[in-house]
Amino acid sequence: MSDDTATIDTPVPADIEIEEIDKVIIRFAGDSGDGMQLAGTRFTADSAIFGNDLSTLPNFPAEIRAPAGTIPGVSSFQVQIADYDILTPGDEADVLVAMNPAALKANLIDLRPGGMIIANEEAFEERNLAKAGFETSPLDDGSLAGYRVFRVPMERLTKEAVKDTGVTGRNVLRSKNFFALGLISWVFNRPLEASIDWVESKFGKRPELAAANVASLRAGHNFGLTTEAFHHTYNIKPAKLPPGEYTNVTGNTATAWGLIAASQAARLPLFYGTYPITPASDILHELAKHKNFGVRTYQAEDEIAGVGAAVGAAFAGHLAVTGTSGPGLALKSETISLAISMELPLVVIDVQRAGPSTGLPTKVEQSDLLFSLYGRHGEAPLPVLAARSASDAFEITIEATRIALKYMTPVILLSDNYIANGSEPWQLPDTDALPDIGVKFLTEPNADGRYVPYLRDPATLARQWAIPGTPGLEHRLGGLEKHEVVGNVSYDPSNHQLMTELREWKIRNIANDIPELEVDHDVGAELLVLGWGSTYGAIRAAAKRVRRDGLPVATAHLRYLNPFPINLGAVLNEYRYILVPEVNMGQLRKLIRAEFLVPAMGFNKVQGLPFRVSEVENKIREIVTS
Amino acid sequence: MTDTITTNYTRADFQTDQEVRWCPGCGDYTILAAVQTFMADLGLPKEQMVFVSGIGCSSRFPYYMNTYGLHSIHGRAPAIASGIAVARPDLSVWVVTGDGDALSIGGNHLIHALRRNMNLKILLFNNQIYGLTKGQYSPTSEKGKRTKSSPAGSPDAPFNPVSLALGAEATFVARTIDMDRKHTVEVLQAAHEHKGTSFIEVYQNCNVFNDKAFIELTGKETRLENRINLEHGQPVIFGPEGENAVVLEDGAARIVPTDSVAAGDILVHDAHAPDPSAAFALSRLSHGPYGPTPIGVFRDVARSTYEQDVKQQLVDAQEQKGAGDLSKLIRSMGAWTVE
Repeated sequence: MSDDTATIDTPVPADIEIEEIDKVIIRFAGDSGDGMQLAGTRFTADSAIFGNDLSTLPNFPAEIRAPAGTIPGVSSFQVQIADYDILTPGDEADVLVAMNPAALKANLIDLRPGGMIIANEEAFEERNLAKAGFETSPLDDGSLAGYRVFRVPMERLTKEAVKDTGVTGRNVLRSKNFFALGLISWVFNRPLEASIDWVESKFGKRPELAAANVASLRAGHNFGLTTEAFHHTYNIKPAKLPPGEYTNVTGNTATAWGLIAASQAARLPLFYGTYPITPASDILHELAKHKNFGVRTYQAEDEIAGVGAAVGAAFAGHLAVTGTSGPGLALKSETISLAISMELPLVVIDVQRAGPSTGLPTKVEQSDLLFSLYGRHGEAPLPVLAARSASDAFEITIEATRIALKYMTPVILLSDNYIANGSEPWQLPDTDALPDIGVKFLTEPNADGRYVPYLRDPATLARQWAIPGTPGLEHRLGGLEKHEVVGNVSYDPSNHQLMTELREWKIRNIANDIPELEVDHDVGAELLVLGWGSTYGAIRAAAKRVRRDGLPVATAHLRYLNPFPINLGAVLNEYRYILVPEVNMGQLRKLIRAEFLVPAMGFNKVQGLPFRVSEVENKIREIVTS
Repeated sequence: MTDTITTNYTRADFQTDQEVRWCPGCGDYTILAAVQTFMADLGLPKEQMVFVSGIGCSSRFPYYMNTYGLHSIHGRAPAIASGIAVARPDLSVWVVTGDGDALSIGGNHLIHALRRNMNLKILLFNNQIYGLTKGQYSPTSEKGKRTKSSPAGSPDAPFNPVSLALGAEATFVARTIDMDRKHTVEVLQAAHEHKGTSFIEVYQNCNVFNDKAFIELTGKETRLENRINLEHGQPVIFGPEGENAVVLEDGAARIVPTDSVAAGDILVHDAHAPDPSAAFALSRLSHGPYGPTPIGVFRDVARSTYEQDVKQQLVDAQEQKGAGDLSKLIRSMGAWTVE
């Protein structure tokens, strides 16, 4: 088949059957150099524009190019698209695109029985089979009998498709991810136009690459059209989401946009001091693109300097932010304590990954919760908030900023790798209706003709922010304990007791300024499933499923981890059972038990992967029916 | 930052109500007096000045300067000051640090602050000892030095701070001595006028834990013999009668009797030379204040400053794309409407 004979405009044969389905889970899997993240992202974007609800789970190795053909080198991208409101990227895939034997081997366990396998058949040759640990080809030995297997000569067809485009050498086969994308787009009736536009703008400076990718995309699509095997296709209608305007967004992008929005809402220039670290770097990349918003991104020499520069910028009157992941948060700890002592506003974003140490840099974990709360020397309280999904990241970022500015305190905002890299539709907010979170710099002396830095607002206990350049308000801040009002160094014992208590009460008092915890409660429910962070989707989806069987359950999700919402204790006391699913060894459970003396149960997974809905569902059933 | 003189200050305007708590006789007192006097004479509005320090004896400095100031954490002053300088190019930002603070725990921040060439003026008080922690050897202590933490002699080879700064792409590098207030003020002035990071090593006597460390440069009998004054455009000649001179041989600086070489062969100091090799060679004449030691401005060259480059990027981005529009930004990756 050649691109010349079958184009996108070829009339659709009469025997094409289109089946309406409500959702599908597709996993693109290949070598980390095969471009599976791109194929998945493009399919997601096309589905988003089409109006489906969706949720994605990229999964890739930390190595940029792990040895080709091996299982450690496999990279995958799972997307669930649906015509209804979904909350997760799904558990088991319906369709697996396997670009080589290793990709098949690593991902087959997550394919549902009877699922579809689209195999790049030329890659299933002796050397690749051996690298993946297959003695015989699974395409031939009958081991895939429980699945619907489609063997596609993707490499030959890609070569043929690109032969007149001018690409040569290694670039010829680079386009095969677009072939796979084209074929999947055919099977699920996705239009190609948006991806073609994207390719043409992305590769505008390399027209031969653009031409090759478009040719491969079309060739994949046309292969489906002309091959009888694919004459049964599927359609997923647009989802009935609440009316409004949507875009598809990852958590890191939403966080970056949230910071820009917060900067506007606070009328302060944004300063982002950071050091590259997976999986937080994309926040830096996104912000660095938007200097026309007055954003200063500062790539420091290390994590300590990233937060140090941010503290300097806060003193100087900017909206100061630092972003990192676990190992970097450890390095920033001492400087965050300084900001607590100097009572300067600072937003610290921790995009959590699996630890300890380097751990699994590209995999999810929620294991920095206790570190965020307690990972500092001395009595050093600060507010901790957590995004619950990619689409929540925008709003919670603005909220973290509001608290930092209003209470003159560092705030830790927790995200994680699943939120950071996963995407879902986000209903766009009215940018003209953002909350006003601005604070006024002091311009006049506040005590007998002079400025005393630690005079507090009695309501918030926040001190007043006076910035360099303001005549008459010259002052010194430092890490030494200071007098409760005047701010001069003080070694007085009772003053230290008072200052420690003031710092503590300032943070506790924020509980009066945040929303109460909302509970999604069924009449008769005895079990409360309490979550925080990225378990939101899995918990909500699991509750939906058990409710279909008439089983009562309650769920609640914490976005504020310190201080807790004021009604949390009362909520906990209403339930006989409390289940806390976490992607850690039980950190929130420990807090809940310590603070409220309730017998909270843990449900814990630390595999570098988010919960599957079925895992939470089964656990809920086990408790509710026991 | 504006250089317009707007105020008539005296030294008292820069003193705070805080009791100065260095040990009596500490070299820090003379440096503080020199800086306060210099600032008063400079006439820059004091609200535009920020002093940032780390931890150590020298780092108490900001508490005694009636300007904006931060007494931060050990080693991090250059990092924190960098944030101030990038955020606020209108301010005059000074870093006060010591040999332990800047060269040990904070070594990384120091070299990066130097290479970036921000509007930071870094004063490194080098007393070759840890004073605040009561007398351990520091990264500038001589090898073999006996201290509480090195009773058998320090096994560490010391840094030469001027060589280090030159190697870190610093655009302004100088050395002065606490006892020489006039020279200190001259160097402060030159550092202030320099656009970008200025690095000043101040030899500072710790009379409690390392007294007379600089006696060869400050003592009546020896100072004329040992002090090599560097002046831009002048041949490098020193000694009570100018009897010694510095020549460059195969890239290395060497001290020779002045009358043993032709006048034209004596090194003429060029602080503005784009290539730092001659300045580096001068810095290698002494490794600590033992014997003939160059004092003055080693290097003072022009290079664009970090914060101005950053500011220009913001201006360029606004010119090219217009002022940021949040509503457009959140629709920039494609949006769709659900009716």
